[in-house]
Amino acid sequence: MMKVHLHGVGVAGSGLEGWAACREVLAARAPWSGQALRVPAPAILPAAERRRCNAASRLALAAAEDALAGCEWPLAELATVFTSADGDGAVTHALCESFAAPEPDVSPTQFHNSVHNAPAGYWGIATKSKRPSTSIAADQDSFAAGLFEAAVQATLDRGPVLLVAFDLPLPHPLALMRPRSHDFAAALLLSGEPRGRPLASLALRLEPGAAPSALPAGLGALADNPAARALPLLSALAHGGTAEIRLGAVGARQLAVRCER
Amino acid sequence: MRPLFVTGLSIASALGAGLERTFSALREGRSGLRQNDFEPFPHPTWIGRVEGLESAPLSGEFARFDCRNNRLAQLALAEDGFEQAVARARERHGAARIAVLLGTTTSGILETELAYRRGAEVESLLARRDYAATHGMFSLTEFVRRRLALEGPAATVSNACASSAKVFAQAQRLIEAGICDAAVVGGVDSLCLTTLYGFRSLELLSESPCRPCDERRDGISIGEAGGFALLEKAPRAGRGAVALLGYGESSDGYHMSSPHPEGAGALLAMSAALARAGAGTREVDYVNLHGTGTPANDRAEDAALHALFADSTPASSTKGWTGHTLGAAGIVEAAVSVLCLERGFRPGSLNTERVDPALRARVALESEQRPLERVLSNSFGFGGNNCSLLFGRAA
Repeated sequence: MMKVHLHGVGVAGSGLEGWAACREVLAARAPWSGQALRVPAPAILPAAERRRCNAASRLALAAAEDALAGCEWPLAELATVFTSADGDGAVTHALCESFAAPEPDVSPTQFHNSVHNAPAGYWGIATKSKRPSTSIAADQDSFAAGLFEAAVQATLDRGPVLLVAFDLPLPHPLALMRPRSHDFAAALLLSGEPRGRPLASLALRLEPGAAPSALPAGLGALADNPAARALPLLSALAHGGTAEIRLGAVGARQLAVRCER
Repeated sequence: MRPLFVTGLSIASALGAGLERTFSALREGRSGLRQNDFEPFPHPTWIGRVEGLESAPLSGEFARFDCRNNRLAQLALAEDGFEQAVARARERHGAARIAVLLGTTTSGILETELAYRRGAEVESLLARRDYAATHGMFSLTEFVRRRLALEGPAATVSNACASSAKVFAQAQRLIEAGICDAAVVGGVDSLCLTTLYGFRSLELLSESPCRPCDERRDGISIGEAGGFALLEKAPRAGRGAVALLGYGESSDGYHMSSPHPEGAGALLAMSAALARAGAGTREVDYVNLHGTGTPANDRAEDAALHALFADSTPASSTKGWTGHTLGAAGIVEAAVSVLCLERGFRPGSLNTERVDPALRARVALESEQRPLERVLSNSFGFGGNNCSLLFGRAA
């Protein structure tokens, strides 16, 4: 059992432009439009990196910035955990297409954007952070695995940990292997010790069996996006009170979370 | 921190499968590098290729995981009594108390790349692929977790070339937090077009076997490898008493594909590893460098090394033997470090003829047989990730 405090929430995804808008949808005060989100290049990045950064990094950094609007810590002091099942499929596709050409021509930018930790790298450059950063993948359970790792770090090191989960649709023909319709990213700022007034506290434990909690009503179209497994937790936050949710497998067991606010 | 004993260890690289073949090649100064014969590639380069993967498909209940990367995982798992060591640990601790944390950067992407090269057939080829079990980043970890019948926390770590070093840090945290009693850590990366063309595009691929720290060094030789370590709180009979004594992780926050020029992040990672172990610089007998053989990496790493150790501690890169195995570099060099401690051997830098006079740390060219108490191993990666691991004999 681990207990961590939640200090900020960020969201970026189709029909969910920011945590404030997402909260309205989760509280059924606004309908989910499902409209594709146009994410601008992150203003937090230096100009050169703003030009080079890929779609996955833009999406991930949009959620991160949203979560840190009122952050009490200097951004360079945050350890980070980024988690994604599939990274950036558009970059993978572009690379694979170029290998199929008679004379493959790969750009250096494309190559460094292809690493799974590209969003974490851009975040590090944006914040000039020297703090450790871990990039995780656990397929459909990537959100649970990322939250689990972030909570372990926050519990042991006491300091703040930024978790960012993101996944995007893959282009054809990669989509034949892994169909997905919508972008989604969520970011949580966690700490092992409370500071100021936390938004909520999360008690995490691993338990056998049981499927993850269903997505909130009206948002089922996001079910094929592993990062959207965050939505039951976000829904609990939007509704207040105490909730018990299961967020996916960590190894052979489910990550169960008791959320109190 | 509390030491974590290496109670199981296995490795497969261009030096062959298993610790004995690996150590023989180290002792005899025999490189595993060869001229590229992997896939048609228009640029001359040398690679560290693992023999026999083409004819060793996964079968039975594991057939769905079949891809070059998981075949390499299988090859390493079968060596050095590793599976048996894990089975005994499973009996001691229970399957749910053993984590599986593995690093990779390209997983099973090779078969997808080759499918794209088949023109109109790409759609039918990809439609038949089990994405999660082969191409996906988690494929390796899920395959190994099932193969070893473990039920503890599992995750793939993909922090470029620091991936399979960072898993040691993660394992230590899980055990420290009381969530696990043991962990299988390691990683696998296999040859593919993404890394061959990618490093070529950055002009970081040498046309000759890589020469880390040499004045004429001009880039890396890409290698493939897989390896695993079993970490536990107490030593076991059989393996020696070598343990992970400390780890340090940091970010450069500087550039996506170039290291910080003064090695600021590398220095932080090395210092943190020593601090966690409560060890001073004079207690380190040897540093196994990240030492890729690119002008920028070796220069930055040298700056960090010199800031910490001046020119007192011998250092070398073993990438002249294995090539740069990217996401597997952390576990390959952890295994080399453990072997060196167990057998009293300090490797030199194979292929390096004359150390760059601009480098100020003490780069060793010749190997020597001598007892070692503590070895520091460095792994750095794209995105500015640094991880240093300190191994040694625990009291």
